[in-house]
Amino acid sequence: MARKTTQTRTAVVTVAAWTIGLLIFFPILWIIILGFKSEGDAIKTPLAVLTSDWTLASYHEVQERSNYFLHFMNSVILSLGSTLLALVIAIPAAWSMAFVPGKRTKDLLMWMLSTKMMPAVGVLVPMYLMFRDFGLLDTRIGLVVVLTLINLPIVIWMLYTYFKEIPGEILEAARMDGANLRAEILHVLTPMAVPGIASTVLLNVILAWNEAFWTLQLTTSSAAPLTQFIASYSSPEGLFYAKLSAASTMAIAPILILGWFSQKQLVRGLTFGAVK
Amino acid sequence: MKLTIRALLGASVALALAGAAQAETTITVATVNNGDMIRMQSLMDDFYAKHPDIKVDWVALEENVLRQKVTTDIATKGGQFDVMTIGTYEAPIWGKQGWLVSLNDLPAEYDVDDLLPAIRGGLTVDGNLVAAPFYGESSMVMYRTDLMEKAGLTMPEAPTWDDIKKAAAAMTDKGAEVYGICLRGKAGWGENMAFLTAMSNSYGAKWFDMDWKPQFDGEAWKATLTDYLALMNDYGPPGASNNGFNENLALFQQGKCGMWIDATVAASFVTNPKESTVADKVGFALAPDTGKGKRGNWLWAWNLGIPAGSQKIDAAKTFVAWATSKEYLELVASKEGWANVPPGTRTSLYANPEYQKVPFAKMTLDSINAADPTKPTVDEVPYVGVQFVAIPEFQGIGTAVGQQFSAALAGSISAEEALAKAQEITTTEMTRSGYIK
Repeated sequence: MARKTTQTRTAVVTVAAWTIGLLIFFPILWIIILGFKSEGDAIKTPLAVLTSDWTLASYHEVQERSNYFLHFMNSVILSLGSTLLALVIAIPAAWSMAFVPGKRTKDLLMWMLSTKMMPAVGVLVPMYLMFRDFGLLDTRIGLVVVLTLINLPIVIWMLYTYFKEIPGEILEAARMDGANLRAEILHVLTPMAVPGIASTVLLNVILAWNEAFWTLQLTTSSAAPLTQFIASYSSPEGLFYAKLSAASTMAIAPILILGWFSQKQLVRGLTFGAVK
Repeated sequence: MKLTIRALLGASVALALAGAAQAETTITVATVNNGDMIRMQSLMDDFYAKHPDIKVDWVALEENVLRQKVTTDIATKGGQFDVMTIGTYEAPIWGKQGWLVSLNDLPAEYDVDDLLPAIRGGLTVDGNLVAAPFYGESSMVMYRTDLMEKAGLTMPEAPTWDDIKKAAAAMTDKGAEVYGICLRGKAGWGENMAFLTAMSNSYGAKWFDMDWKPQFDGEAWKATLTDYLALMNDYGPPGASNNGFNENLALFQQGKCGMWIDATVAASFVTNPKESTVADKVGFALAPDTGKGKRGNWLWAWNLGIPAGSQKIDAAKTFVAWATSKEYLELVASKEGWANVPPGTRTSLYANPEYQKVPFAKMTLDSINAADPTKPTVDEVPYVGVQFVAIPEFQGIGTAVGQQFSAALAGSISAEEALAKAQEITTTEMTRSGYIK
């Protein structure tokens, strides 16, 4: 009896999981499909869309109109650069908060998170003026700094929760063996937290890749990443679904593939604990 | 010693490189991504052949993203762009602020007097041409000739709103998903308010009287909104309060609209057999009127302006003069045919016998000439702009009022409530901004 219940339960959970998964994936699937349709077919009813002819015309047009490779390289540099810079700052910060917390550590953590609560457009003009005066408009370095600052609270929070799971005794033992602070963080703490760091890195790369406010506002041509590439394909006057879908597919493909291959790492990282 | 020689050599190479770089000026052009602008990017070889010392970097963006971006840049003198594509709404406001470089000194062969007076008037601030028009558009009636024939009606070349109502009633067949009329309903100053403001002009309505007092409590606005709602409720498609240009374009191309009153640029889309199922069954007429002397059509142009913060004004001027010249129109015609020439900017284009053969060319010119941004409606008004009011506050007010009218179309409030709220919102904002003393 008990076994039957378990089987039914498994079946229900499986069906539910697949349904939710498909629902979440459906918009992406639809974008991919529309990218291979003509503009006229892309606005038809869903069934008519599926039965219409397939074409690469939109991809050809996107290739002709935009320099995809430049935008792609900018996206790679911005997301990897900002993630690395964030890690360099966040690992020591999270270490101190996890292992030598002060009276105000919790408040500090909350304060950091609260910076995420302000709408970005509120500081657009001051940021723009600072970028103008420092000559950072349309530069990769300027955007790397901004993206680092935007994601830093999340990176510190994630690393802090992972580090909290590591028993302080292990680090203490390392210190007893004569390890200095640098060795302690680099050779003891970091290797143990690799799954946690990996999932933080992945999440941060995805967030930086998708950031579409500052990357649009602070760039023009040479530092513009894929977000601007996408923004150039929607239009208030004229049909654009197919071209926009083709451009979107090209923009999300790299990050989708990265996510696909690293999903085990992501899941392991999110359920990570040193003594489990 | 060796080191010094090396350093000197290095420095001289660097200097030589810098010299070479100086000879070539790179300008950054921000533009909307509509068809005419995209086409210009593919015709740049002609410009480079004539001006090998100037290189152009393009930033093509969707209209709303572009507007936010260029506004931030010009207001902070960011200097990211050397040429900006701006609408007829921004040009007078920015010109007044001194944000745009005067284009009065363009060369004689540019022939500035050839620009259409209606368009040029909207771009001139205190005697200075602050932007050069790249293409102009108005709005007109597009209708299905086959459905009109079936209903036993003919569309006059210059219809009244009563003609439109009669035609909409005759063409509507909701069972077959054919709706007599498709109009904009989506809220926004450039969406439903562009249409409704233009329509209200033909009813003799206005946004403000000469003391900047809002006029939504008058009879003319009431008649406009009541007729619009009646038309759309009786003969319009379902869910019309979410429809903008593209939604109506899709409906019309699928054969679901009997009539559509919208931008003249739509003519080339609905008659394109690759996209439209009704390409060979479309007729055109002027926007309707009520016999009061003004038609319900708008006037818009995309123009090239040079921000005062640019460091490369001379190169930017060279580019603007090329892109908006008569020669550019001929270049497009020679490569892509006369139907693809950017319309609505130059008198000489409409005198060209080749261009007169293009269907909808005459209708576009007549529509543009029927709109006067300096005298948009029947009575005298203190503002410039046909389907908008060229004051900085209008984007906010126009969208807030548009939301009320869109709600009335969706049926969640009545026409009277919408007008009362529109009057209240506009009065509050105009008082706060100091227009109403």
